[in-house]
Amino acid sequence: MSMKASTRQVDGVTIVDLSGRITLGEGSVILRDTIKDLLGKGQKKILLNLGDVSYIDSSGIGELVSAFTSVRNQGGELKLLHLTKKVHDLLQITKLYTVFDVKDDEATAIGAFGR
Amino acid sequence: MTAPQRVSYRMESTLESVNKAEEMADQIAARAGFDEDTRSGVSMAVREGMINAILHGNAYDTNKRVNLSFEQNACELVITISDEGHGFIPDEVPDPLAPENLLKTSGRGIFLMRAFMDEVRFRKLDPGTEITLIKRLKSG
Repeated sequence: MSMKASTRQVDGVTIVDLSGRITLGEGSVILRDTIKDLLGKGQKKILLNLGDVSYIDSSGIGELVSAFTSVRNQGGELKLLHLTKKVHDLLQITKLYTVFDVKDDEATAIGAFGR
Repeated sequence: MTAPQRVSYRMESTLESVNKAEEMADQIAARAGFDEDTRSGVSMAVREGMINAILHGNAYDTNKRVNLSFEQNACELVITISDEGHGFIPDEVPDPLAPENLLKTSGRGIFLMRAFMDEVRFRKLDPGTEITLIKRLKSG
């Protein structure tokens, strides 16, 4: 099963709706390319919607970390939205849950970006 | 008492092998009677072990293979994954939970294997590395 990423704009925030698996190979590459593309266009407020992401492996975790630091290094913000239990647990055990800003509600997440 | 059951595969150093091994692990863990969360952990540990073998061990070398075996006895499911790479020293892999390593983009595979299995062992081969992953069956 591959991964799909689609983007939409809400109040100056780019929401990336991801579905499928963020794993070594295609899934990680799609995420990397999407973030690179957004940063290239100057879109630095990014909300990754992981609600339909069923699975993430160590490579996918690495890609999320890479996305987080790339956006931050360019003065932007990256937040995560709608974690499934599996992904939530994975971020907990890797101690990344507190590193990422994780939200459960889209409107709240959008409001939490700096203006 | 059930006799031990063992199944072995010799696999190519490709991403497809990683995915195939993960699927097999899930099926075998289901047959062993593990619940869904445990199965998911076992298949993730196998995925990480395969990534370790194929990416870091064999470095996608098409001339090198990965051996994968599943063995179930009355007490546990034992999975071994061996590569033909240069080998590595597991103790030298930095702790991914240390504050200075949290934002590293790699180095979590062995940690995840240990998190989801009851026991993880490494053995140096000549050439390569063998990883043994053990999940105990709940005694009923």
